[in-house]
Amino acid sequence: MYLSLATTHRPATDLGFLLHKNPVRLHETALTFGKAFLFYPEVSVERCEAALVLDVDPIELVRGKGRADGLLDQYVNDRPYAASSFLSVALGRVLGTAMAGNSRERPDLAATALPLEAAVTPVSGGEALIRGLFEPLGWNVSVDVLPADYATLRLSGTARLQALLNHLYVLIPVLDNDKHYWVGEDEVTKLLKRGEGWLETHPARETIVGRYLKHRRGLARQALERLVPETEKEADGRDERLTREDAIEIPLRLNDQRLEAVVEALRAARARKIADLGCGEGKLLQRLLRERWIESLVGVDASTLSLDRAQRRLKLDLASGPSLGRVRLLHGALTYRDKRWEEADAAALVEVIEHLDSDRLPALEQIVFGIARPKTAVVTTPNADYNVLFPNLPPGELRHPDHRFEWTRAQFHGWAEEVGRAHGYGLAFGEIGSRHEAFGAPTQMAVFSREAA
Amino acid sequence: MSALAIPDFSLVVLIGATGSGKSSFAAKHFKPTEVVSSDRCRGLVSDDETDQSVSADAFDLMRTMIEKRLKHRRLAVVDATNVRAADRRSWIELARRWHALPVAIVVDPGISVCIERNRLRSDRPFGGDVVKRMASEIRRGLRGLQREGFRRVWQLDGEVAIDAATVTRQPLWTDRRADSGPFDIIGDVHGCADELQQLLTALGYEVTWSGEGVERAVSVRAGHGRKVVFVGDLVDRGPKVPDALRIAMSMAEAGTAYVVQGNHERKLGRWLEGRKVVVAHGLQNSIDQLAVEGEGLRKALPDFLQSLRSHYWLDGGRLAVAHAGLKEEMIGRGSGAVREFSLYGETTGEIDEFGLPVRADWAANYRGDTAIVYGHTPVPRVQWVNNTLCVDTGCVFGGKLTALRWPEKTVVEVPALQVWSEPLRPLAPVGPERSAQALADDLLDMEDVTGRRSIDTELRGRVVIAEENASAALEAMSRFAIAPQWLVYLPPTMSPSETSSAEGWLERPEEAFAHFRERGVVQIVCEEKHMGSRAVIALCRSARAAASRFDARNGEIGAIWTRTGRAFFDAATTEGLLARLHTAAEKAGLWDELATDWVLLDAEIMPWSAKARTLIDSQYAPVAASAEAGLAAAQDALARAGANGAPVATLATRFGDRRHRAALYGKAWAPYVWPVAGLDDLKVAPFHVLASEDRVWFDRDHAWHMGWSDKLTGTGQPSLAATRWRSVELADAAACGAAIAWWEELTEGGGEGMVVKPLAFIARGTKGLVQPALKVRGREYLRIIYGPEYDAPEHLTRLRARGLGGKRALALREFALGHEGLKRFVARAPLRRVHECVFGVLALESEPIDPRL
Repeated sequence: MYLSLATTHRPATDLGFLLHKNPVRLHETALTFGKAFLFYPEVSVERCEAALVLDVDPIELVRGKGRADGLLDQYVNDRPYAASSFLSVALGRVLGTAMAGNSRERPDLAATALPLEAAVTPVSGGEALIRGLFEPLGWNVSVDVLPADYATLRLSGTARLQALLNHLYVLIPVLDNDKHYWVGEDEVTKLLKRGEGWLETHPARETIVGRYLKHRRGLARQALERLVPETEKEADGRDERLTREDAIEIPLRLNDQRLEAVVEALRAARARKIADLGCGEGKLLQRLLRERWIESLVGVDASTLSLDRAQRRLKLDLASGPSLGRVRLLHGALTYRDKRWEEADAAALVEVIEHLDSDRLPALEQIVFGIARPKTAVVTTPNADYNVLFPNLPPGELRHPDHRFEWTRAQFHGWAEEVGRAHGYGLAFGEIGSRHEAFGAPTQMAVFSREAA
Repeated sequence: MSALAIPDFSLVVLIGATGSGKSSFAAKHFKPTEVVSSDRCRGLVSDDETDQSVSADAFDLMRTMIEKRLKHRRLAVVDATNVRAADRRSWIELARRWHALPVAIVVDPGISVCIERNRLRSDRPFGGDVVKRMASEIRRGLRGLQREGFRRVWQLDGEVAIDAATVTRQPLWTDRRADSGPFDIIGDVHGCADELQQLLTALGYEVTWSGEGVERAVSVRAGHGRKVVFVGDLVDRGPKVPDALRIAMSMAEAGTAYVVQGNHERKLGRWLEGRKVVVAHGLQNSIDQLAVEGEGLRKALPDFLQSLRSHYWLDGGRLAVAHAGLKEEMIGRGSGAVREFSLYGETTGEIDEFGLPVRADWAANYRGDTAIVYGHTPVPRVQWVNNTLCVDTGCVFGGKLTALRWPEKTVVEVPALQVWSEPLRPLAPVGPERSAQALADDLLDMEDVTGRRSIDTELRGRVVIAEENASAALEAMSRFAIAPQWLVYLPPTMSPSETSSAEGWLERPEEAFAHFRERGVVQIVCEEKHMGSRAVIALCRSARAAASRFDARNGEIGAIWTRTGRAFFDAATTEGLLARLHTAAEKAGLWDELATDWVLLDAEIMPWSAKARTLIDSQYAPVAASAEAGLAAAQDALARAGANGAPVATLATRFGDRRHRAALYGKAWAPYVWPVAGLDDLKVAPFHVLASEDRVWFDRDHAWHMGWSDKLTGTGQPSLAATRWRSVELADAAACGAAIAWWEELTEGGGEGMVVKPLAFIARGTKGLVQPALKVRGREYLRIIYGPEYDAPEHLTRLRARGLGGKRALALREFALGHEGLKRFVARAPLRRVHECVFGVLALESEPIDPRL
């Protein structure tokens, strides 16, 4: 990765004093992840240019630091080459004094706006984002597009060198987005320090904070609150990302309506022991916990990650959480019979069946309706008829990349009736969400009630 | 002197006041591990054996320990005072729960002895009153012990009787494990004596009748030393109940037959005892026929019926025979529940909490290693389901009389001479409907895959799967893998050769050759390694074959899956590719030569980009682009700085070198990437014929497998790609040299490298199972794996320190599991037995192993 800084201030060679680096020498700095070299490709009174080049050790990158996270444990990656937080770290180490706005030899110059240029390559993020980040700060921006969505960024304008360095320090990782390896509480402090004087008024500050803090909403909110104290509170401050399905369905607050409808169906069926099959992160369980009439809850999911989140959401690991034994979480899959939840008198399958390949559905039917035979089963699934009404869903596409199918109302009813007939269940259908004359509601629901023998 | 004959599987409850000498008695007659003492448990929870305040917890502990012993079919002795009926009730319940016979031994040396002993023991604070109260309570309960549920009660009064008592162990009546037959297990006869005689004759027994009327008798000679096991229901419904009984009774008498009790024998017995029974279901036939038979049979019959056992456990525990079936936890045990279940199976009217009959189908849920052969419910044909077999083929209803030969597992049948009795329910038609096993297989159970698992394999003994690995595989298997009925195999991982010490190289063939040579392998094959994606292909001759062998439900003729069990392509592409493979198989004569209508192939499917496009776009290509951009800018800046006289010459050389390697990286994967617009752009290179009907082809060498590869690809079918290969004698230096030159040529031409295998598919060397294959990857290809600059000297020295042990151990375990799964599959083992192997391979793949290896 490569960064250069230049000035046409006269004498341009003062750049050496501002950077605290002698222009005739090669400056080498050892970093935890490799080496940084600073040297001057051009040294004249008219123009002086310093280049900062990183030589990241790819072997150590794999063996040592940060292996636990994301890309870094996939061995071949662009980390040794792309402009990223490594470059910011190097800036801090090599040009720390200049970044603080100090210069022993030319203190006045450090405090003066100078004609400056900078180039960074390769950066990612796309031209629009690059311009959106740097132009509001007063830079003339030029972007040379490179293969694989990389670009070379060139800035020019008049500013204090400190401002330029801090802009780059914060915005290079922002362009790099979620690939960098560190995100911890002290990142908020670093961000606020480097962003002082410009970040609070930056029109893209939410994007900057969000991407700098690697989309961790909790940390990002913390940063925004400290940055602009009146930032509106988000409804749900949990550590999670919006899924595409949420993004499509959000205007409807569909998930909340869905949960309410399921709770009502379970209440009406007088369910006492409820199994939430495919409980995911435990939103339904959390909602059901509030209901006094429920004796016990069990959540089943195939994803340990989801179960961990559910555990936190339900505060199962805290003394202040629900009383012992009222909620259990089980790691299980609905294509395997599982005696651990079979005593439940009601099963909820909320937005679950569409995540199973259709040839695996008979196994689920047999396990839920044939073997466990709860008195009541509530099944919800997207209504494919409704999909044409989603403005941001291209025709023919499914709402979620993991959906294996989305059924029309006719398909869902046909399936449910067949299952009901085969296993002795009566049926009531419901619709969830705002209803359209022709296409129905976004979510469809079937309530199965076991018939007396 | 009393000899106490105790069933070798029972719960022995000692009863006696404090100081009565129960513990000494227990120590004298039982193993220390068999005796669970309340005093000892008090000590375990409180460090004080006399602390009565912890009794509740001490008894919980006792109960738990005893329960575990009973679960494992081990005799246990309860050493506590057990003074009151209430104390004893929980032990009886526990014994019933695990189908152990509860027996009581009352130890009573006399009150004065107890008081004296307590006085001498400083740690026993019990006074005379306590002992007296206990003794009187025990005496009051004595007569009720049988009624409480104890099957046997012994009372030892006085020190002399206690000292003189001896304890012997008796096997349970049902436990005939020592008898290994061989056996012929015969289904429900229901008075079809003529068919029975025909069947016995067909089985090689000689049936000779003598006498008439009262004198009528039969003798059955078993010259071949075999024994018959009747599954019960000899009587009722049919025409010749007395003759059927005569045959069974005379054989039982002669020791050439075991007879288990059927529900019809039970009812007949009760009728003979004069009890009130509803005469129905053909009982009248027996009553009428017996009425005209002679005294002899009538007289012997009650004793015979009385002597019938609920089931027999035979042949070293490998076989159990019961009338209507048996659950695994009931085998070789005794309780009312065992008898009820043996007689009626599951439709006894067990009611669940909602008032519905319990629906669980015991055979579908059976998981035992003991084969269970039973009758009771007529079936149109015998079919193994989860190691259970129903041999009642409804002879009396006009079906067949069936015998299973054990241990051969072959079936001998004779058709009914006529319909003797109209069935209440018509026998299900024999048709091409799904097999009973397939129906049972729909239900895989979490218990089949989760927790710490150990799977016995033929190749490598017991393979253990850690709980966390099994857990990791669950999501992948349940959410992303294809249906388990297809997914009968996953390929093992493959280790690279030992690291080369040659300058500038990480891998070379010399090390692979040396590896096998050192392990005593004489001949190897070298196969070109295609750079695509590993695929397993199930291909059937017809949709019908697919339905019968893989339980395919939608008319498909095969499936193609990745090494993690996912569908390789969408349905249309799969179908198209399978059609081409099908044509190739036809043309190559594969079906006939292998005598099969299905085959499982191991293959590589190209291009790499067909499966890995996202990976290439999101990971591999950006490395090339970003490296070029940054290094080019750096090189340019260094050149300008150098021209200005800055001391950057060394650095400039270094960055020039880095840029050169990055450029080579950018070209490395070009040969493996091409656009796929249709089937013609896909290439399938098969290299193993894994299995086909009744066969796992791991016993054929790789020359045979590559022969099939050549035959299939030689048919000229589009989409099939040949694999270059050669066979090399490891002792032949020239041949090895030529193979190395061949490898160099392959890799310089952009090939990934080669796979070196022992000629034998399964090779054993001096240290056991040898790696089934080692890969030797080319220098340029490795850039994709280790990064653009991996071969820079300063990097290569560090990369050489790579440990292969973990990867190799994993490869062998997965190889053994894969082989085991296939063996079970071709032997038509229940799906869960196949699935646990496949699941195991996927679970092992979650081991943290350097993915570059």
